[in-house]
Amino acid sequence: MAKHIVAAVDEIPPGGRKIVTVRGREIGVFNIDGAFHALINRCPHQGAVLCTGDIVSRLEAPLPGEYRLTRPGTMIRCPWHCWEFDIATGQSWCEPDDVKARSYSVAVEPGERLAKGPFVAETVVVSVEHDYVVVEV
Amino acid sequence: MNVTLRDPRIERPAQQHLGFVDCDVHPFFRTPADFDPFLSAHWREHRQSIGNRSRAGLARTSMYPRMSPGNGMRGDSWPKTGGPPGSDLAMMREQLLDLFDVKAGLLAPLVGGAAAERNVEFGAAMAVAVNEWQCAAFCDPEPRLKGSVQITLEHEQSAIAEIEARAGDRRFCQVNIPPRGLEPLGRHRYRRILAACAAAGFPISLHLGGTGGHPSTGGGWPSFYHEEHPSYVQSMESLVVSLVCEGVFEELPDLKVVMVEGGFAWLPSLAWRLDKHWKRLKAEAPSLKRAPSEYIRDHFWVTTQPMEEPERAEDMLQTIEWIGPDRIMFSTDYPHWDQDDPRYAFKVRLPDDWARMIYRENAQALYRLD
Repeated sequence: MAKHIVAAVDEIPPGGRKIVTVRGREIGVFNIDGAFHALINRCPHQGAVLCTGDIVSRLEAPLPGEYRLTRPGTMIRCPWHCWEFDIATGQSWCEPDDVKARSYSVAVEPGERLAKGPFVAETVVVSVEHDYVVVEV
Repeated sequence: MNVTLRDPRIERPAQQHLGFVDCDVHPFFRTPADFDPFLSAHWREHRQSIGNRSRAGLARTSMYPRMSPGNGMRGDSWPKTGGPPGSDLAMMREQLLDLFDVKAGLLAPLVGGAAAERNVEFGAAMAVAVNEWQCAAFCDPEPRLKGSVQITLEHEQSAIAEIEARAGDRRFCQVNIPPRGLEPLGRHRYRRILAACAAAGFPISLHLGGTGGHPSTGGGWPSFYHEEHPSYVQSMESLVVSLVCEGVFEELPDLKVVMVEGGFAWLPSLAWRLDKHWKRLKAEAPSLKRAPSEYIRDHFWVTTQPMEEPERAEDMLQTIEWIGPDRIMFSTDYPHWDQDDPRYAFKVRLPDDWARMIYRENAQALYRLD
């Protein structure tokens, strides 16, 4: 496992995302209310580009006709078959016991520390005044 | 890498599907004006100034709008050049034809509104225009794509003329008839059209959907798209029952019927039920010389998507055996949201000879593909 600098923090505002390629694999990096999360850009159902789908809320209905829109902006809906996954954990909303999208550890690190290494900066130019999103792969 | 806790696919070689024949591919227009070059001045002006009058009741959307933008399109199939999914041949090659080395793709153009048009003469003109457009935009530049003849079932004269005009044109493989029409397809009023299909050597392709103006279930309108989706099976069942019980296959022994996008696991139990009652009710339909299941076995083909997924994946093999592995043909439904990826659609490994039949040989034989 190595840490990879994938974006400057302000590149991915809350509600935003960036698709990056780290060690040959595409990863979607998401910002939900200031917290960063990373998922493989491949749906475990049939292989679609998962992280390009709509970001949606979780909709629950304790009883028919009683709708609750909970956890706004925390689910990713696959662009093919509408399977939904929890962006923070990769947990499937359709088959929570069987299928999971691979998630990665993400951290925000100050440029000052990153400049010293041993991080791998692949396409991001690091300046000491900024904070950066770092994914562990 | 995905973390997959239960997934039988991983033990299966992924090559069985390569070089398959796709029995359900959807071309789309860039704009409705794409049809104009193939309409007379009169119908062109009609299209532009009056437009379609569908029996569906809704003019600008389907009865059950789907969850994805574009009324149910695969999210990554929007061309970068603009236009809707299915309108860009280069993208269709990239995402489907070249990616899987598809040998042939059977087009199902659900566009133009010909089938459900209340003004049947306009419908007839649009059917011809869509046929010309299929060739110009898809089949001529990409010979792997095969057209499906559009007709307006409620205008017999034009329907038969169009079927006869396309007979022998190898760019076309079949005739599209929507499974939801004004009346069940076995009714006598449609018989001459079916006879023309059989005489021309065209199987008829019944692609789910369409709007006859009736509620989509026998018990009224459902509330959700989720309910609408299985109701397509009811339409397919009604077709099978109607064609069999009206004695169509006694009259037209060469007629071949392909049911597209209706799934197939329901077919055996329907045949069992028909057989059981045929023994008791023969006096009502004496034209049926053989058990209903025999007509079904001889005259019907099914395509796979959206494939049923039994809880025990291996039960799929028994279902295929009941229907006959020689009667099932693979389809993706590209670029619709619920399309199947040929690598992952079957959750159980098929015996190699069945795989060859389902992915390729059945369609090659039925459509006489090279």
